[in-house]
Amino acid sequence: MHRFAKPSVFLKLADTLMPWMIAITVITGGTGLYLGLFWSPADYQQGDTVRIMYIHVPTAWMGLFCYVGMAICGAMSLIWKHPLADIAARATAPVGAMFTALCLITGSLWGEPMWGTWWVWDARLTSMLILLFLYLGYMALVNAFDDPERGSKAGSALALVGVVNVPIVKFSVDWWNTLHQPASVARMDGPSIDPSMLWPLMLMAVAFTGYYFIILAIRVRSELNERRIRALQLSGLFEQGDGTTSGSALYDQGHNAGAGK
Amino acid sequence: MSDYFMMEGYGLYIWSSYAITAVAMVFLLVTSLRGLGQSRIELDQLETLLKSRRPRRSKSRDARP
Amino acid sequence: MSLSRAKSRKRQRLYLAGAALLAIAGAAALALTAFEESVVFFFSPTEIAAQSPIDEARRLRVGGLVEEGSITKVGSGETTLFVVTDMANSITVSYTGILPDLFREGQGVVAEGSMNSNGQFVAREVLAKHDENYMPREVADALKESGYWQELEAKNAENMLN
Repeated sequence: MHRFAKPSVFLKLADTLMPWMIAITVITGGTGLYLGLFWSPADYQQGDTVRIMYIHVPTAWMGLFCYVGMAICGAMSLIWKHPLADIAARATAPVGAMFTALCLITGSLWGEPMWGTWWVWDARLTSMLILLFLYLGYMALVNAFDDPERGSKAGSALALVGVVNVPIVKFSVDWWNTLHQPASVARMDGPSIDPSMLWPLMLMAVAFTGYYFIILAIRVRSELNERRIRALQLSGLFEQGDGTTSGSALYDQGHNAGAGK
Repeated sequence: MSDYFMMEGYGLYIWSSYAITAVAMVFLLVTSLRGLGQSRIELDQLETLLKSRRPRRSKSRDARP
Repeated sequence: MSLSRAKSRKRQRLYLAGAALLAIAGAAALALTAFEESVVFFFSPTEIAAQSPIDEARRLRVGGLVEEGSITKVGSGETTLFVVTDMANSITVSYTGILPDLFREGQGVVAEGSMNSNGQFVAREVLAKHDENYMPREVADALKESGYWQELEAKNAENMLN
């Protein structure tokens, strides 16, 4: 476990896996889209709107999956002070927030024609909205402090507290009466979805998971670069010492490198 | 064909769901890649600058802490 | 020496994080149990009957299944009368406006509105609540023929009402 937490090992692993992740994402995503939009039949009661399920449900799963991942990384960063865990948590937040927002938007676009409303304040929809706010709160918090370490401490604490919301989202439809129907896939007596509809759903879920890991690898890599830049700028400042201004010049140049482009 | 895109009258809801999802996913991918590219440029510049002062750093594309 | 101290500090943080998480989960569970009333999205006709008479000014939601053969149009056809049932009790709902596409006999619905003096529920909004089964039309038709459909419908009705 700790071995993989070393940035150099992570980067090497990410390099090796990247082509595979891209291949899996493109193949499952392409097949899933084809099956979902062309091959799969309309539903007996919801007609063609069932096709919204093939993105709505995977985005909901990803919203929860990313949150659990972010909270685990947050806990690891709080307890063991792994810098990579903190970086992974920060890299996961925008992906999870995007999937949660997409889940709410596509759900709204599905709810209007089928339920007769864009939005209701039932337990499932409200807890999903809280999930989005937890992501946004985390992202605001980690960037709110000048000292990145304090930011990640506060953010990790929020991520951990918010984990309570994950089972609430999942079981809201069983614990309370809601407008949203109960679970169709992850249920005790097996999925209540016809195989012709379950296939595109599962393929899209695999594709979205692959997409998440691709974005994670990219964002972790650029965050590692940013931290290296910060460290170099600091060492550059300390090295001057002989009265020249090269240190601060170096800092400014490094700091503004991207601005001119 | 246009019958297909109508989706029994629900086309607008279905196609906008797919379109919004695609736009968001592409947007996040592009901004993430752009961020990585910018961090690489910045790091390269900083490392060549440092190397010109004391030539010992390897010219890695990414950070190797 | 310092290594073991760092280790014990890590363990302390682990316990602290675990304890904090437990405390928060407990608090959340308590809060949600305490506010169960307000988390409830709708009342069944039986719950409505138990609460009656209900103040006419009170806004509430009633949920259940549309009783077979109970849908009637009144006036110029814009107002619909139908009975919402939970198999034990039922309540007559009147609604003026466009009903959701899924609205039909046997369908789960949630109506928002208030009681009038005749014990009728005047809805301001009617929403459809569908079950969690997804299948092609041919499969549904085959199920209807095989007689398994009644079993499925009964199960859905039960799901809808708890």
